[in-house]
Amino acid sequence: MILSISTSHKPTSDLGYIFHKHPDKFQSFNFSAGKYHIFYPELNNDKATICLLLDIDPIEIVKILRNNTPDGFPLGDYVNDRPYVASSFMSVAIAKGFSSAIKGKCKEKPELVNTKLPFEVFITSLPSPKGGEILIRKLFEPLGYQLEIERQTLDLKFPEWGMSKYYNVKLKNTLTTKELLSHLYLLIPVLDFDKHYFISDDEIEKLIDKGTTWLNIHPEKEQIIRRYLINLNSLTSKALERISDNEILNNETEKISIKDVTEQKKETLHIKRINTVVDKLIESGAKTILDLGCGEGKLIKQLLKHKQFNKITGMDVSYNELLKAKERLNYNDLPPKQKERINLIHGSLTYRDKRLEGYDAAALIEVIEHLELSRLKSMERVLFEFAKPKLIIITTPNKEYNSIWEKLDSIDMRHKDHRFEWTRSEFLNWSINISKTYNYNSEIFPIGEEIENIGAPTQMAIFKYGN
Amino acid sequence: MEIRIPEISLVVLIGVSGSGKSSFAKKLFKKTEVISSDYCRALISDDETNQKVTTDAFELLYFIAGKRLKDAKLTVIDATNVQKESRKGLINLARTYHCIPVAIVLDIPEKICEDRNKNRADRNISNHIIRKQSRDLKRSIKDLNKEGFRKVYVLKSEEEINSVNEIILEKLYNNKKDETGPFDIIGDIHGCYTELEELLIKLGYKINTVSPNETNYGFELISPENRKVIFVGDLVDRGPDSPKVLKLVMSMVNSGIAYCVQGNHDFKLQKYLSGKKVQLKNGLDITAQQLESETNEFKKNVEQFLYNLISHYVFDNGKLVVAHAGIKEEMQGRGSGAVRTFCLYGETTGETDEFGLPVRYNWAKEYRGNAKVVYGHTPVTSAEWINNTIDIDTGCVFGGKLTALRYPEEELISVNAKKVYYEPLKKIENPDTEHKITNQQEYDDLLEIEDVTGKRIIQTRLKNNITIKEENSIAALEVMSRFAINPKWLIYLPPTMSPCKTSSLDEYLEHPQEAIDYYKERGVKEIVCEEKHMGSRAIFIICKDEKTVKERFGILNEGIGVCYTRTGRKFFNDDKLEIEFINRINSCLTNSNFWQKFNSDWVCIDAEIMPWSAKAQELLKSQYASVGSAGKSSLSEVIIQLKKASERNILDINNYLEHYQNKFNSINKFINAYQNYCWSVLSINDYRVAPFHILATEGKIHTDKNHIWHMENISDICNYDTDLLQMTNYQSVPLDDQSKIDKVIDWWISMTNNGGEGMVVKPFDFISSGKNGLIQPAVKCRGREYLRIIYGPEYDSPENMKRLKSRNTSRKQSLALKEFALSIEALERFIRKEPLRRIHESVFGILALESEEIDPRL
Repeated sequence: MILSISTSHKPTSDLGYIFHKHPDKFQSFNFSAGKYHIFYPELNNDKATICLLLDIDPIEIVKILRNNTPDGFPLGDYVNDRPYVASSFMSVAIAKGFSSAIKGKCKEKPELVNTKLPFEVFITSLPSPKGGEILIRKLFEPLGYQLEIERQTLDLKFPEWGMSKYYNVKLKNTLTTKELLSHLYLLIPVLDFDKHYFISDDEIEKLIDKGTTWLNIHPEKEQIIRRYLINLNSLTSKALERISDNEILNNETEKISIKDVTEQKKETLHIKRINTVVDKLIESGAKTILDLGCGEGKLIKQLLKHKQFNKITGMDVSYNELLKAKERLNYNDLPPKQKERINLIHGSLTYRDKRLEGYDAAALIEVIEHLELSRLKSMERVLFEFAKPKLIIITTPNKEYNSIWEKLDSIDMRHKDHRFEWTRSEFLNWSINISKTYNYNSEIFPIGEEIENIGAPTQMAIFKYGN
Repeated sequence: MEIRIPEISLVVLIGVSGSGKSSFAKKLFKKTEVISSDYCRALISDDETNQKVTTDAFELLYFIAGKRLKDAKLTVIDATNVQKESRKGLINLARTYHCIPVAIVLDIPEKICEDRNKNRADRNISNHIIRKQSRDLKRSIKDLNKEGFRKVYVLKSEEEINSVNEIILEKLYNNKKDETGPFDIIGDIHGCYTELEELLIKLGYKINTVSPNETNYGFELISPENRKVIFVGDLVDRGPDSPKVLKLVMSMVNSGIAYCVQGNHDFKLQKYLSGKKVQLKNGLDITAQQLESETNEFKKNVEQFLYNLISHYVFDNGKLVVAHAGIKEEMQGRGSGAVRTFCLYGETTGETDEFGLPVRYNWAKEYRGNAKVVYGHTPVTSAEWINNTIDIDTGCVFGGKLTALRYPEEELISVNAKKVYYEPLKKIENPDTEHKITNQQEYDDLLEIEDVTGKRIIQTRLKNNITIKEENSIAALEVMSRFAINPKWLIYLPPTMSPCKTSSLDEYLEHPQEAIDYYKERGVKEIVCEEKHMGSRAIFIICKDEKTVKERFGILNEGIGVCYTRTGRKFFNDDKLEIEFINRINSCLTNSNFWQKFNSDWVCIDAEIMPWSAKAQELLKSQYASVGSAGKSSLSEVIIQLKKASERNILDINNYLEHYQNKFNSINKFINAYQNYCWSVLSINDYRVAPFHILATEGKIHTDKNHIWHMENISDICNYDTDLLQMTNYQSVPLDDQSKIDKVIDWWISMTNNGGEGMVVKPFDFISSGKNGLIQPAVKCRGREYLRIIYGPEYDSPENMKRLKSRNTSRKQSLALKEFALSIEALERFIRKEPLRRIHESVFGILALESEEIDPRL
């Protein structure tokens, strides 16, 4: 909301030339989200301060945000922090309000442009979700800033609610104005991790434009780009390629997208799970396959590669996931012979569904743990009693493994939406009972690296119909 | 000449080109009833005579005809149809939809046809084709009946054709829609005369013995209150006195006091009596023996009587269907061999079991029809409704009971068999008594996806049909599947509530005056204004004990009640806490004598649970407190800087200082506003529950009571646990009393100034209607400070208020009414013990409507 830039450079009146704004005027300008003002609260012999103050129109901003949220705009978002925080709106105001300074131009005193000046910056309510104070330091310290950081309490009346995601940050550094402003221009939205406009190729231009000199050598380059582009993988890789001109880069997004160790492990495990299931399905000779809880269609994509599977039906309860699957599979543009093998349906495992009858095999990869335990019985009947494929493959996390890999307490789940996670013996008992009730035979296999007394991260049960 | 055809027929016109079929059809049928092959050719190729598209044209003809027949619409096929092969397809089509195939042949001299064709400008059919058609026709005429046409008319001359001025549509024999009852429907008798007599007497019939004449066999019956009896068939075999049962039933049917449908045993006996070769087994042997002493004339009458019995009847404007072994929806009121077979034997899988009996397929499980189907055939230990159908064969001859279903009362009355007259081959299935939930409840364990997805039209008692768009059901399926509790508990979801219209006063967005005006304008005489609690909506279903849960809800091992949110999720994440709540309220109900007073073992209560922070903790932290924290922090800094600038005497600075000081005040007010609804909760003792509707108890939905009744009865419960339960303050306001209106407005102002959310204004009666139908069951009127949480800290600054006032509540109001109608519908259906899918359809509809895109701030 407010950005103050002070300097002790003498004469202090130079600040007016640098920012190309009259020191004795309060100047207001319009921009998309409302207004911004520029004024000088201090101008004496020792110190000059210029403030960029936003006056975001709370009603206009709701319109802007709502237009950029196609998937519905919940009530809570109508009351939002945008008018009060340092965000991409601040960057827009910096670029507009200090347009000559950020380009390194100064008509009256051109020599000031290349002079490194002692600056002190104060930013209030700078959000830093998923990164916190450490991230703020990691971003600014390599650029030579000294920082004073104060984190805000959420609510003084309810200290038990803890701290907020906002920081009041004081930055000190000696550098050119252009450098200072381009740092703020990029790093404020990187910390905020939330954009008020659609992310498009233009954003890469902005990155290159504002980051030419310093971004390529910044140790957090990848994280800056990723957060600036809000995790859009294809854009991220494009940007990295362009910024690192001469470096040889691997095109695979897997390698360049930055993930922590656990995330990487999870990803490898997921690929392993899918491969194992595909192998088992090939081995079984099944021709028609149900992928229940198909999500984005990762399994379907693998199954398509094998001629053996001539009918692959993916079902998911989330319509959005199905749309993603359609996109990932490039469904609309598939050749007709391929297309006719795939069938994507919206459905739920808690309702009996005639469309699921008559298949050779069904796979439920990491699905059952998303059902309430009390609703599991419905899924069992839908699948084992009515759909009744000859082969059923079910994978689910092994809870015992959580202690090893996840830094999780035994009561924590691997995923927020997991309603339960089972130990090996719980899963075994369940599969034995199911088999008995519905006339199946079951066998259990580990997936992933096995550890003594703990087992593998994933457990898989294979059910075959009949005795 | 007169042509009479059944009302649901497929009429096949047969005649060579130029025989006048199209003119004949045009004269006697509706334009839309006639499908002509030439017209289909034209639809496809723009040319009525194009022979190249014959195959496609006939596919189209069959398609259209099929769609019409599916909907029981009389359909006339205008094509030459002179060849057996072409007719065969049409007969099969009629059979598929259980409609009656009728042939009308226009058999006029070739010469006339040839002449006519010559004079036709638009087509030219050579004489040799006509001659060939004519030969085919001649060959066909005599075998049309054999081919499967149930009625055949052959018109042999132009004069005869011209003499037909009208087609008379005849009702099918099974159409007794005009008969509206009341009825007593009696199950399989199988010669058990004593029990039949006893049952009839129990039902209030008087049986007089009279001297026999042509129509009676010594019996005269007098029915109570014009009731009529319907027998579901299987009058004979196995039991001790089939002849006497026949005599009684025949007397009753002949005198018009009873209807009887044919059972498989009746059919077999008829075959036997008519001299056909049948095996004397399965009890027919016994009947044959019993009939030996009867006169030949009687036997002949019996044969005739049984022969004339039809397979099923449709009564009471289509609301009741009786058939011996049941009947599927698509067969009701129709006629075909398949319908007859189904009615006699039911559906079988084609397999036989270890006793050599056919394995039955339970068609009733899949029944979705609106008509109630009453049937027998398969003995069961007790008659139970499932999906609107009921089997009332309670195996009297096997030592069970003879059962009658009273209609429309739906009361079951039965008498026990005097003894086991016949040993059943297979033991009658006796449901596990330990696991005593009804067949319906057991069946309801699993709902079907077809019953909820796609575009749906839901009939409601309050507001006719409500349409649910497909995109909305899609959203609801996800929410329901991923988050909702066991659907057997979900007998209600609360409807959304609209705010009152936007206030005309500058400083208010909402004000009670608009709510008052809303009801006044619609002729409501009195309103009830209730304090609106700011917490989280909660529905409680509380049963007296686990037995009730099992018997009434068909749920096992899920405690004695449940508390769920407005979207059907479990309210509490902590099961133990939920149990504590349920138990506390259960004790209040018990202590306040609620169960006796309401003659019920369960109750559904609408309530609000406070504090808001208990349920909305995450939202508060991530959204409201965050905004408060960031806003307060930034604005303090802004003011510091502006004050410094002010000391520098910069022009206009003080205006801006004031502007930002207002913002600072607003953010502080905003923080106060949400803090009002927050306190920390460590145990049940920190919660408050404010119930405001007693929605339903056994057999009753309390929407016929006014809101004062609800408040008073709730107060009786609350008194037993004032620590947990909180009464809602309310005022009742007659709308012709201005002083009371002023008083309630003052009350609202003081309440909202003290941090209250606002109030809910309801018409005195729970369900109220005005000239234009149903009116809002409640509108909310929220306080100025509360609205900061909804519209943002600075919503009340003049320039913001002006823009926010352009909001429109009409879509929200229409949505609220639809959801209200659905919510009451769900409860009504539960109270009437309808199948779960019917209740689920309604609550699913509410959830679906909630995904409509409507400004959530309303």
